[in-house]
This record gives sequence, structure tokens and C-alpha cells, in this order.
Amino acid sequence: MSDMAAHGTDARRLVDAERVVKNFRVGGMRGGHLVQAVSGVSLHIDRGETLAVVGESGCGKSTLGRLILRLLEPDSGVVRFEGRDLSALSATELLQARRRMQIIFQDPYASLNPRMSVYQIIAEPLVTHRVCKSKKETEARVKQLMAMAGIRPEHINRYPHQFSGGQRQRIGIARAIALNPSLIVCDEPVSALDVSIQAQILNLLYDLQREMGLTYLFISHDLSVVRYVSDRVCVMFLGKVCEVGNTEELFANPMHPYTAFLLEAAPKPDPHLRKEKKALLAGEMPSPVNPPDGCRFHTRCPYAMEICAQEEPELRPIEKRQVACHREG
Amino acid sequence: MNFDERRLGAAESAPGASHATFDDSAATEDDIERHDDETISARLLWMLRKNKLAVFSLLVICFILLAALTVPLYAPYDPNKPSLGERFAPPSKAHWAGCDDLGRDQFVRLIYGARISIMIGLLPTTISMVLGAVLGLTAGYFGGKVDFWIMRFADIVLAFPSLLLAMVVSYTLGGGIMSIFVALSVVSWAGTARVIRSQAMSLKEKEFVEAARSIGVRPGVIIFRHILPNCVPNLIVLFTLNIPGAILNESSLSFLGIGAAPPSTSWGLMIYRYKTYLMSYPWLAIAPGLAILVFVLAFNFLGDGVRDALDPYMKD
Amino acid sequence: MGEGMTRAPEYGETLRIKNLRTHFFTRYGVAPAVDDVTITIPRKGIVGVVGESGCGKSVTALSVMRLVSRPGKIVSGKVLLDGEDLTAKSPREMRQIRGNKISMIFQEPMTSLNPVYTVGSQVAEAMVIHQGAGKKEARDRTVEMFRSVGIPEAEKRFGSYPHQLSGGLRQRVMIAMAMVCRPRLMIADEPTTALDVTIEAQILHQMKELERNMDTSIMLITHNMGVVAEICDYVYVMYAGRIMEQADIFSLFDHTMHPYTTGLLGSIPRSGRGGGRLYNIRGMVPSLLSLPKGCRFRPRCERAMPECAEHEPELYEAGRGHWVRCHLYRDSGGGETR
Repeated sequence: MSDMAAHGTDARRLVDAERVVKNFRVGGMRGGHLVQAVSGVSLHIDRGETLAVVGESGCGKSTLGRLILRLLEPDSGVVRFEGRDLSALSATELLQARRRMQIIFQDPYASLNPRMSVYQIIAEPLVTHRVCKSKKETEARVKQLMAMAGIRPEHINRYPHQFSGGQRQRIGIARAIALNPSLIVCDEPVSALDVSIQAQILNLLYDLQREMGLTYLFISHDLSVVRYVSDRVCVMFLGKVCEVGNTEELFANPMHPYTAFLLEAAPKPDPHLRKEKKALLAGEMPSPVNPPDGCRFHTRCPYAMEICAQEEPELRPIEKRQVACHREG
Repeated sequence: MNFDERRLGAAESAPGASHATFDDSAATEDDIERHDDETISARLLWMLRKNKLAVFSLLVICFILLAALTVPLYAPYDPNKPSLGERFAPPSKAHWAGCDDLGRDQFVRLIYGARISIMIGLLPTTISMVLGAVLGLTAGYFGGKVDFWIMRFADIVLAFPSLLLAMVVSYTLGGGIMSIFVALSVVSWAGTARVIRSQAMSLKEKEFVEAARSIGVRPGVIIFRHILPNCVPNLIVLFTLNIPGAILNESSLSFLGIGAAPPSTSWGLMIYRYKTYLMSYPWLAIAPGLAILVFVLAFNFLGDGVRDALDPYMKD
Repeated sequence: MGEGMTRAPEYGETLRIKNLRTHFFTRYGVAPAVDDVTITIPRKGIVGVVGESGCGKSVTALSVMRLVSRPGKIVSGKVLLDGEDLTAKSPREMRQIRGNKISMIFQEPMTSLNPVYTVGSQVAEAMVIHQGAGKKEARDRTVEMFRSVGIPEAEKRFGSYPHQLSGGLRQRVMIAMAMVCRPRLMIADEPTTALDVTIEAQILHQMKELERNMDTSIMLITHNMGVVAEICDYVYVMYAGRIMEQADIFSLFDHTMHPYTTGLLGSIPRSGRGGGRLYNIRGMVPSLLSLPKGCRFRPRCERAMPECAEHEPELYEAGRGHWVRCHLYRDSGGGETR
């Protein structure tokens, strides 16, 4: 990669992933299939920005988020966080790195242990990293975090089931910001919520980002949300990056055919934008067990050429963007 | 509604507090106010109020335990002294449950028998539960080789007829009560381990476990704080299911001459000895049978009650 | 006042839900999940029912199917299908109607399909049961139906099991199953919520095609204003068991009246952040067990007035065919719009 020399020296770089690969074996102890979840993804995240990763289910976006947090080990490739290769860290160093990166989940029901009180949930990171000296200090900090996330501090001894979905998501956010992290991976944080609550949570994330200088990796399938929250967008298809670019530019002028289809397909909240004939994507999503040769999108792409079936397009810089398509550049 | 005062104390130094609002909780305050803030003991107290059957069961169990412990203080008859004139005496005012084939008072012997039966019912079951839970959690959480070897070992234990295995273990250890404890613990952990393993496997995929991992919580802590508490309902059910099994297994062992040695007795031993008289002197076998039934039922009801009380969802 | 009129009475109507009340009798009290709801589904066009979770939209659909289970109960009101009151039917008669005259598709197709039978036989079965079709005929029409809902290789797919199909194909099978008896009404409850955007677009397109080509009315239940804007012709906005606003799709989006609808539309991120926070409705949906006095939206409403706390507004006709339950529009007689 051309910017190999840049990391380490570039203080703005928070995360740098290079040709990360992750395959999963499914079905049976022996044999079974190899699902290619993430196939050689390179991307970087700068401090203070929001990078959105969009794509349909099975494109590998959630796996990518977990690889960046090192909740999963990559099969190959390197993830650097704050300039250091995560897989080369010792156990104590990794524990220290964990303080600086956190995750918020999609499902506010599954992400909180039903048998722990709000206090226990939010205090867990504080206790694990021995941040507070006394129980009293811990409790004060937990209450402060609850206030920051918009949950009433007097509900500290309640259990998750006593809260609504939106409030639970706030508890998850309070837990994520407890250690003053620099990176938060938001894995579909609002897709399980009602629209009005979704707006509240997006605003909360926005406020926290400004106050705490947070960097977000925002994983979502909802393009309108992505357009609103992100500075840059990375579009993924079947374990590969199709296109990376500044949000406004990418939305205004998608270069990769798949990006264009995604934008076209999303239902728009305006009946005047209805189209009699939408350009619909033909066929079904190819299987990640057996992805097509060449460009992984070519079986559905209306512009596919001969070369697309044979040679896999590299992610190439085009103007201010990176696009993996033979038609471009 | 005035949230400001509530916010002030905690939020003075909070960078984000200035415009964090409690919007989300405003409208359903009434809805949520129903639930009191609560601790484990508060929930157990709640159970006491709500679940009369569980409370009654607890009382029955306590009563049986107390009676068994203090029986030498009040028993009007020696449990082991034969009185040939009263052989097979039917139940009467003097002998509430009649007399056995040697003329010993059946009721007194029943209470003495409770000592061994309850001990056998509780102790090995507890030991096997702990063993099974620890091995099951370890296998389920770590997976891979650890899982493979623990579960193959469990398969071997499960493949043997449990009574045979218990006999072998118990013979090897030379018989007596202690050997029965060990024997019964050894035969019943595997089932528990299997159930807990599969639950641990599904729980470890839950996002709250992933959240704990992302924080850097150590595996041991994750197992005990996140996974084990969510297995508790199953453990309680398994516990109440295993107790009658242990009591009956003990009786089989006693019958084979490995368990309680005459003249001391246990409920299981009594059933086995007197089942030959079932047609002619039915009370001899029915009385210990009833005792086991009452004890096991009481444990089941109590177990259900405790499980519900510990379940955070139950009150909705 | 009269009940809400629909856009095009000249088409006639398939279904009229009239003053329906479905309440849930819980331990903590009575929850009016559907409270005096009147909805008309015309012969042609797709009617959308939108709202957040807990607003009563799904319970309305289940009430039409008479599938509300205890402790829920239809307390009063009528459900008229082609003039026949479904609330007066016996359970046996209802079984004949369900899947035959009215069919329903759900959010998660996997749970509605039996994993041990082929999808083809499951669809064909509906026809055998309801219309006494022969095996051969049922099979042929199923394959034909598969084709018309856009299932590729329909012949081959007849013998597939549910787990062999993708989410999008499964939902198509569900639609085929719903349409195979040529029902008078199809109720789609969040049919695309579990699907990816590109598949969602295909399914919505398919539903529009069906509406155009077959004699079936469609009632679409969703929380997604984008989906509504995409295919609905007439929309009912529900909140806490009540219809808050009902209007022609263009009228609703162009002349949004109710503060709740305004809030819902405003909460949707439409463009880049541009430095601003997103508009959001404060608070959350009230518990049905402790509804606020007066207007049910009042505690969250930015334009609430003193009288909103005193009595609940009725549905006022504030534009042609545009009804709104808000005191702000009480005096707006006739056809004027904002």
C-alpha cells in the first residue's frame, strides 16, 4: 500500500486495517463450509471522524467491526489501533487498549445482562480497569455516566427489563463511554428502535462525539441514517469494499454500480420521488460460501464486462474516492 | 416535570450533562414506577408474599429436617430394638405408622431414616451439581479441545448404567455412607454438565458477553458474573430433579448391601425391604413412599418458587 | 361527526373497520390497544397504517383476522368485509375466511413457514383446503403464482424447503401463499422490515404489481414512512390506539397537519448532518395502561394548548379527505389546507 509509511507518523490515524481476512467454518467439526466473511479489507479511520460501513446482511460489516476491536482474530492482515498492531500486543497491553475502544450493539435487549442491575452493568468497565478507588466513587461515576446518557441516576438499581428499548440503548451507551474511549464501534445502534427514539439516540451519539472527541465506526444498513451521521462512507459487498468516499460526494455521485443500486433502492420518505420503474437489482445475493470469481458483484451487475468475471478489481483511488470497479479509472 | 434538581448532584463535572435530557423516560414514568428498586433478598421476600405454595414447602422441609435432627430427644421407642409381640402391628394410636416385621415402631424409624435419606438426597446432588456446572461452563465457554475432552469424559460416564457405576465406585471405596456420597456424585454430574454446557454455548454468543469481552473482563469473571447467573434457573430445576433420583439410587445401593447398613435405615431401604409385604401389610412400604413423595414435592415447589423469584422478568 | 371518508368512494370498498375497539384486559388494568378506529380499504389502491411500536396497528390487523388472543378482546365495533360483519362470524366461518378471503403476511417469513414441508406443498395446501382444488390444479396454480410474484425457476422452487431459500424468496413465497386463493384483502404486517434494502425494493415493487393486476386490496402495516411514501395511496397514522391523521399520500406529506406526523417525518434523517442535531419528538409512547388525559399525544407535543389536557380532540376534516385529530384544526372547516 502506498500509505504504508504514513501510519505511526500520522497522529490523526486512529485505526488502520490492512488486507484483513476472516473466514468462518460452519457446519460440523470437520469439513463443513468456509464462509468468507471479510476478504482482504483495507481501511483507515481518522481521529474524531465518523466512518460508516454500509452493506446488506452478510456483507461482513459486523465482522469487520469485531476484527477492528479484536473481538475476533483476523486470519491474516493487520489491524493497527493508535499505531500499534493489535495482534502483537501482550495481554496487559491489550487490556490497556480495550480501555480506548468500545462497542455499542444493535439489540438493546441482548446487549445487557438481564440479571445485572444498571449499576452493575455500567460499573463493570470501571471495576475491571480499577478506575475508581472506592465503591462510593464508582457509584458517583456511574450516576454521572447515566446522566450523560440521559437516564435518570435514581434508576441505578433497576434491571434492564424495567426500561424501554431506547433507554436500554442509553444504558449500553453509558457503559461504552465509561472509560473515556477514543473509538466506539456502533453496530447498527438504532435499527431496532422506533423512528422518534432513533432520532433521540442519534442526537445523543452526536452530542457525545462533540464533547468527548469520540471516533465512531458506524455500522448500518440504513442509508438515510448513514448519510446523516457519517463523514465518510465505506460500502461493502460480500466481504469486499466497493467504494469509500466522503459522505456527501458519495451520495451525490456514486461511482460503483452497487452503491448506486443501494441508493436507488432505499425507500425515500417523499411520495413525489416515487418512480414508476425503479432500477431493481436482479437476482439474489451470491453466497459468501462460494463467492463468484472476479468481481463479486458481477453476477448482478448490469454493466458487467468480460474482465469482471475473470479479474478482481482493486480498490483504486479515483479523485478523492476509492472505488473497486473495472469501469472506473 | 423538573429534572434539573435530579441531575445537578451527579452531573457537575460531566462534560455531556449540560444538554443530556431525560426525555426518553418522561412519558412512561407511571408505567415504570410500579417496579420498586430491588435486591435479591427483596425479591425472595416478594416470593414469600406471592407464592404461598413455595413458602409452605419451605416450612415442610424445615419441619422434616428439624424432626430428623432432634428425634433422639423425643422418640418414645428405640428404633432398633425388636419387640416380637408387636410384629406387623397395624397403625394405631401407639404406633402411628404401625410396626415392622421385627415389631419396631415404623414412624420412629421413618424419622431416623430421614437423616440418611435427606443427607443422601442433598449432599451428593449438591456436589454433582457444582462439579457438573463448573465442567459444563468451562466446556461450553472455551469450546475446542477443552470442550472435547470434558464432554467425551461425560459421555463415558453417561454410557455406564449409573447404578453399576455407583456400585463399582462404592465397592472400591469400601462401602459406607461416605463412599455412597462419592459414588452418587460421580454418576450424576455428567447430565448436569451437558445441560449447562449447551446453555453456556448459547449464552456466550449473546451480545452482553461480547460487551464484557470488549471491556476486557477476564474469562473467569465472565463465566461467573454473566453466564452462571443466567444458568441458575436450569440449575435449580436440575437440582430438584436430581434429588429424588439420588434418594432412590441410595435405596438401590442399600438394597444391594452397599448403602445404609442395618439396623440403621433409610427411606429407600425401607421401601425395598417391605415391598414384599405390600399385599399383606401395605403401610410398611407406603409410609416411606409417602415420605419421599412429600419431601420431593416440597423441594420441587420450593425450587420453582426460588427460580421465579430470581427471574427478573417474572413480575411483568 | 362522520367517520373518515376515503379518497375514492366511487371505487367501492372492500373492507370497512368501523369504530373498532380491541382492549387487553391485563392484571394491571385495561389497555385500549385499538380505540375507536375506523379504517376503510377501497377496492383499488394500497392503504397504509403507520405508527410506532405499541400504537395498535398490528392489533388492528389481528382484529380484522379475528386472531386477537387473550387477554385481548374485540370490545365493540364492526369489521365489514364486502358488507359482511366479521365480528359476528363463528370461529368455524372465520377459518373459512382466513387465508381465503383475507390473507396476511408477516415480518418474519421463516416463522410462518413449516420447515418440514416443501414451500410448494404449503402454498398448494391452502388452495386444496379453501377451494377444494385437485392436486394437479393446485400445483399448476401454485407454480403460476410463484411466477407472478417473481420467483425465478418457479417449477424447481416448488420442491424447495424453506431453509433452502433466501429471506427475500421466502417472503415472496409468503406473498404467493397469501395471494393464491385470490383473496379480497391482503394484510401485510411489516412485510419488508426484516429484509435488505435491495430486496425490500423488489418486494414493494411486487406488491404494487399485484395490486395493479389482481382484484385484491392491500392493507400495509409499517413503521417506515419511506415504505409508505413508496407504495401507499392513502395513509392512516396511528398513535396509542387512535387514528391521529388520515389522508391521501400526497396530502399527508405535502400538508402534514398533526404534530405527531410532523414529528415522525421530521425524525427521519434526510440529508447530511450539516452541523445540526436531528429533530426528535421528546419522550416516548405512553403506556396504554396510563394514558394521559385529553389528547394522547399531549405530553410529547410541542404545540400543546391548555385545552389539549382537558378533552381529547375528535377527527376534524381539515382538507378534502384529510382528517386530523388535533384541536389546532378544530375550526378549519371544509377544504382549506395549511
